[in-house]
Amino acid sequence: MTAIGIEKTGQSEAPLHAEELHRQQAREQWTLLGLAVPALIIVCLIILIPVGWLFYLSFVGNDGELSLQHYAKMVQYKSYARVFATTFQVSVLTTGICILIGYPLSYFLALLPPRWVGFFMLAVLLPFWTSLLVRTYAWLVLLQKNGLLNDFAMQVGLWDTPVKLVHNMTGTLIGMAHIMLPFLVLPLYNAMKKIDRDLMYAAGNLGASPVSAFWRVYFPLSLPGMVAGSLIVFVLCLGFYVTPAVLGGGRVIMVATQITAILENQFDWGAASALGVVLLIATMLFLYIAGRLFKFDAALFGKN
Amino acid sequence: MSWWSSPASDTQVTHGDRFWLYVVASVIMLLLVLPTFIVIPMSFSDSQYLEFPPENWSSRWYEVYFGSTKWMRATATSVQVGIITMLVATPLGTMAAYALFVSGHRATRALFLFLITPMIVPVILIAIGVFYAYGRAGLNNTITGLVLAHTAMAIPLVMIVITASLRSYDLNQERVARSLGATRVKAFFLITLPQIRFSVITAALLSFLTSFDEVIIAIFVSGGVNATLTKHMFSALRDFIDPTIAAISTIMVLVSTVLLLMTQFIGAREK
Repeated sequence: MTAIGIEKTGQSEAPLHAEELHRQQAREQWTLLGLAVPALIIVCLIILIPVGWLFYLSFVGNDGELSLQHYAKMVQYKSYARVFATTFQVSVLTTGICILIGYPLSYFLALLPPRWVGFFMLAVLLPFWTSLLVRTYAWLVLLQKNGLLNDFAMQVGLWDTPVKLVHNMTGTLIGMAHIMLPFLVLPLYNAMKKIDRDLMYAAGNLGASPVSAFWRVYFPLSLPGMVAGSLIVFVLCLGFYVTPAVLGGGRVIMVATQITAILENQFDWGAASALGVVLLIATMLFLYIAGRLFKFDAALFGKN
Repeated sequence: MSWWSSPASDTQVTHGDRFWLYVVASVIMLLLVLPTFIVIPMSFSDSQYLEFPPENWSSRWYEVYFGSTKWMRATATSVQVGIITMLVATPLGTMAAYALFVSGHRATRALFLFLITPMIVPVILIAIGVFYAYGRAGLNNTITGLVLAHTAMAIPLVMIVITASLRSYDLNQERVARSLGATRVKAFFLITLPQIRFSVITAALLSFLTSFDEVIIAIFVSGGVNATLTKHMFSALRDFIDPTIAAISTIMVLVSTVLLLMTQFIGAREK
């Protein structure tokens, strides 16, 4: 008798419990999310509202009416085309240099025995942690007319008269590559560490020479990491300001430099905003592609 | 068998075969590290001009730096803003990372992506946007304005560091504490926080450095008596090369090297 009674109440209360539990869980989730609110407010205040405002300004013409005139100017004027071309050129070349230098370095780091990695990794992390301004300044000193690099090259006999290495494209590229390299090496190194070494042994076992095993097994497997790192470098280059402004000496005008120039000289918020919006869209587009090629979620996000 | 002909891995490759890679990698690593350290000998040069190696040594540029009201004022601003940013961004970022990691709500992913946008949006765009908005709000050239902007820049870094450490932490420990009667808050402070404390310290150091080294936002929204060190350095670099910069750079290199070594040491302790 009692057994039946318990069973009955159990049956009738089960949905009630489930509902209450569900409600409690939902309440707890919302309370927890409340902890993120202060951070969300700050990001809204500093990113969402200001950038949204610029987005709006970019569609307001000089007469105060809504218009596309700022975007139309970008298509019409040759000066804009030159800025876009320079930005693209600097970004592509910097990325290319970073791949050429960064791939062997990442490969070296990935092959190291674990106890040595920490030490050699410092070479990548130290510049990463050093102020961008300091590194740009260091290159300014090294590359100047009677700088260390020119002195060294003339002593060795590479060239006879001092070569102009700074305040031009060469200086900008050297400085940018130095600053961007860690952004390529870190993801590439991580991708290389995940490559199963047994695949290389298997390739060797099946008769591949080390060189052919590298090119036919290791290299293709490292490609996603390399492409992802390159896209990050490329995107960061697109919006770069400090290094081109200092090492370019006014001769390398990129989008970010142009935005500040428009604000400083013409105080034209619409034109500056429109250029900024184009930069943002380009950035998002390339990051989206990078995201499709490489699971950033796994690296950034809690879910496995 | 010498090192040269000993196998570098379990395949038939020897260290000798790989020697070219060791050479190339070493050259690259030297190129990465050395340029930064060039500022140290430069800063002790006696000359107005940036000659290297310096002919005469002196500490005159340090005297100029420490004797200048402008540079001292800017250094004080940068340190102050850096410390406040660190004190604000570390708890806020940790709270957000913890909330998103534990809650399991559907919106977590979207919120995480939103919170890391300061890392994604080009800084120049943030700088001019904030400059424009602050113009309306009267926050340009204020410490508050600068701290707010730098906090937004530091939050994503804090979140990434903390989320990574929560992933390797067993949250069941908190559940055990709560089943034994601890509240969620108590469980966090007594059980979780002590175990992720090294990551919290790393995150704090990173937030300080993010603010201290930040240039572009500072160029736009800091000024007057509240101009930062980086703002003055940038204008000095663009206009003329003042050897005082070498002295300041040396101090900055030392600061970041010490902070980096601290995180490496902390990382080793954590393992």
